[in-house]
Parts: sequence; C-alpha cells; structure tokens
Amino acid sequence: MATDTTIGPDTLRGPATTTSTDAALAGLDALETVAAPGRPLALRMWSATWPKLAAVAIFLLLWQIVVWTGWKPTYVLPGPDEALPELGHRVVSGDFWAAFARTMQRAFVGYALAVLIGAVVGLAVSRFALLRTAVGSFITALQTMPSIVWFPLAILLFRLTEGAILFVVVLGAAPSVANGVISGIDYVPPLLTRLGQTMGARGLKLYRLVVAPAALPSVVAGLKQGWAFAWRSLMAGELLVIVPGHPSIGSDLENSRQFLEATGVIASMLTIFAIGVLVDAAFNTVDRRMRARRGLLPEQSG
Amino acid sequence: MTAVIDTRAVRIAGVSRTFGSGPHRVQALDDVSFDARPGEFVCLLGASGCGKSTLLGILAGIDRPSSGMVDVGGRRVGMMFQDSALLPWLTAGGNIALPMKIRGVPRADRRVRVDELLTMVRLAGLADKRPHELSGGMRQRVSLARTFAQEADILCMDEPFGALDAMTRDLLHDELERIWRETGVTVLFVTHDVREAVRLGDRIVLLSSRPGRVAEIFDVGIDRPRRIDAPDVAALAATITARLRAEVSRHGH
Repeated sequence: MATDTTIGPDTLRGPATTTSTDAALAGLDALETVAAPGRPLALRMWSATWPKLAAVAIFLLLWQIVVWTGWKPTYVLPGPDEALPELGHRVVSGDFWAAFARTMQRAFVGYALAVLIGAVVGLAVSRFALLRTAVGSFITALQTMPSIVWFPLAILLFRLTEGAILFVVVLGAAPSVANGVISGIDYVPPLLTRLGQTMGARGLKLYRLVVAPAALPSVVAGLKQGWAFAWRSLMAGELLVIVPGHPSIGSDLENSRQFLEATGVIASMLTIFAIGVLVDAAFNTVDRRMRARRGLLPEQSG
Repeated sequence: MTAVIDTRAVRIAGVSRTFGSGPHRVQALDDVSFDARPGEFVCLLGASGCGKSTLLGILAGIDRPSSGMVDVGGRRVGMMFQDSALLPWLTAGGNIALPMKIRGVPRADRRVRVDELLTMVRLAGLADKRPHELSGGMRQRVSLARTFAQEADILCMDEPFGALDAMTRDLLHDELERIWRETGVTVLFVTHDVREAVRLGDRIVLLSSRPGRVAEIFDVGIDRPRRIDAPDVAALAATITARLRAEVSRHGH
C-alpha cells in the first residue's frame, strides 16, 4: 500500500519540465532567502573580546583608586599591583595546582551527581501529575534554601569529610537541574508533540526525537544555573569543612585569612572568579551554538 | 484479500466527538459522514468551530470518536499542519528524514529518499538548510515533503497555506495539484478559504460549526488545471460562500 505513493524516478525530473510556475517559484525562493554576509572570524573574536578587556581594565583602575585614597591600610586592602603578582607566583607553584585539582574534582563529581539526580527527578515530576502535586513546589523551595544552612546537618552526618561537601553540593545543584528539565518539558509546544505522534512516535521514541530536543534550551539553562549553585555550595563547603590533608582553593582562602595575608585572600578570590568566568564562557558557547542552529540569535532575525 | 473492490479510501460514518462532561460538555463533531475515493481530492470547508482539527486528529489516529467509525482500510495517514511545524533543531533534510527515522528506515535509504522528496518540491540541494533560513513558502514545501516521507496514502492537510501570501499560495496550489496527480494520493484538505477549496477540490464538504456537522457536499465539476481567478471557479465559490454565510449567521443570536 505504501509503495503506491512512492514516486518513480521518471516523475522526479522536476525542473526538466520547466513551467511558468517553476520559474515564478524559483524567483520567489531567491527573493526570500538572502544570505547574511558573514564577518571574518578575527573581527568577530575581537568585537567579543575588547568589551571584556575594557571592563577588566576599568575594574582594576577603580580598585587601585580606592587603594590610593588610603581608605584602608595596604596590608588589609592591597592594590592590584600587589595582588596580581601574588597570583602570578601561586600559579607557577605545585601547591596551587594540587588545590585547584582537588576543588575541580569535587565540583565535577558533585555536579555530575546533581545532574543525574536532577534529571531523573525532573523527568519523573513532569511525567506523573501526582508526583508534581506532591513535590513540585518543594523543589523550588529547596533551591531557594541557602546551601550554608545544610552544613550543620552535613557535618553531623559525615563529619569533616569529602562526603559532607559532596552532600551539600548535590543538594544545592540538583533542584535547579530538575526545574530546568520540568519547565523544558512543560513548554514543549503541543503542536510538536502532536506532530511526533502523527508520525507514529510513541513513548521513548517520542521523548528522544521530539520532546528532549525541544526541551533542550530550558534544560541547558537549568544546567547552567545548577552549576552556579554547585559552585557556591562548594566554596561555602571548602571554607567550613576543611578536611585535614586535603588542600583546596577554599581552604587556601581560609588559611590566608587566618594568617592575615590580604594578598593571599584576594589572589584566592581572583582564582575563584576566573574559574566562574571560564565555566560561564563554556556554557555560553554551547548556548549560542544551540540558538544559532535554531535561528534565535538577534542578528538572525529580520 | 476481499473479493469486493473497495471504492473508498476513507469512510467516515456517523462520527461524533464530545469533550468533557456535565455542564462543560462540548460537542465538537455531530454525526459527520462522508467518503473519499482513492486518489480523490476532498476539501473540508468550514468556519471556526467546525471541528476540523478534531476530525483530522481522529483520522491521524491520535484521537478516537465518541461514537461512529472511521475506516481508512489500513492505509497510512499523513498529516500536514498550518504552521509548517518544522523542528527548528533539524535541517530541512533532517526534518524530512524524521518520519523515516521513526519507522526505522536505514540511514542510506533515508538519504536517497530525502533527495527525491526535495526534488519533488523543487528544493533540490537545500537539505542542509535550517528552517529559519527558508521562506514561509519553502518551509511549507519542506513540510509537504516530510508528509510524503510518511509514505502515506491519505494526506490530511490542515489549512497548510493559510499563513502564506497570495502569490506564494497560488504557486503552491499549482505545486500541490501537480504532486497530487503524480503520486495519486487521497487528499483531505481543510480550509476556510472558499476559492482555495474550489481551486483544488474534486468535492467540497461544507461543515457547519458548533457542533461540526456536514451541511452540504458540492461536486466541483470544473476541468483542471484551474485558475483561482477563473469565472467558473468564482461562480461556484460565490454559491458556496452564500451557503457558508447562512450557516455562520445562525450563530449570531
């Protein structure tokens, strides 16, 4: 039956049978698709970079001005002329990279676990109405709880171990991921679901081919927010839960404070900030690529 | 194999569909009956609330009638929507390949078929374009190609050209007529544009609204190819419009 509609090769010559319809259609197509002239890569990179560099320069200048006013003595608030060389010294030391590696490992393990749990919970809640009524609003409540309030319990449960930090990182990040998945699925246009169903996609196939890609933008937003919460929880954790013999960026920061090394404190904070900037850039690249593919960038409209 | 040759591709008999219950009960379709012969082009014409989307949903197998029956004799039903409903994360080719992917057609076969279908809708070589890079008319042609990728014998089209400008729509009427003749599919074409219905249809089923009922069935005995501005098309359109207005004005009180 299905073969009845298959088009034989002889009917497919198409443009060979040139008609006025054909010509008019080709003309309309040409008029209505105007390719935007692409700018060279170097120019695009420069126009994306210079505003950031300018912002950094202005920030450093303001900081230096505050130091110059003499508001606080320089052993409490050192200027960039002292803090940046300190950061430079640290970056070439092995201790710095050991602490960096420990912190990033905690971040990725905690985040990965949170993504897994958040995705499962999000899928379950979006699928089952009863579950949504039961726990849907608790997820957002959990998300708004400052991660620091979990630490007393975490320390009682796990004492000063890696487990305590992991516990709080996962609790901090999973609700955001779950919410991203839930709202992503909620906002899939019903037309697309209907379309998938008329093509015969059901169950897992419908999820894999239609629902999941349609929900992706919101899921990515949830992942991004989840990372931010994981990172905050982790930094709070590293300041509070100092595991003996496990140096980390947070414990370095706490040590510097205890030894009244202001340059060390600021160098650690700059490191934490730089990691935030890099991860954000990575997320933005993914997000931008996704939007470009779907024609959602501002320069693609019109 | 049955000994009797069935001269009907689609049989819709006494189909009713109600939603909800009690005081909120809404009757979308009431005792709708009509047939379509294999290879026939049937236009369903009606104002808002004639239950056309409900009817197409039932035909496509994603909804069931409350009573009555729909028989397509095991034929495959493909669906095309007003909004092209292309998936924005897939290329034109990816969209056309989707129904084949769902059916489990091997990748190599999919690619060949996508090229054939793109050629059919005169978009050869544009498989890698994204939907946002195409014009409205081109998107609808990709959507049409995707509907054919379902290898359907019955094509349900839900106001597919409603959102296009007049010139593009006119050209796509020619295209659809050509493709329909080449492939021999049965078409059920929903529209609220009377002239469009007369331009395209072999028969026109006029539906009344709230609930959707068959008000009248018109045979369009005008030779093809037709032009939408031909006098005989306009004459029949005027007759049907008068009938449609009479139906619609019943709801004004």
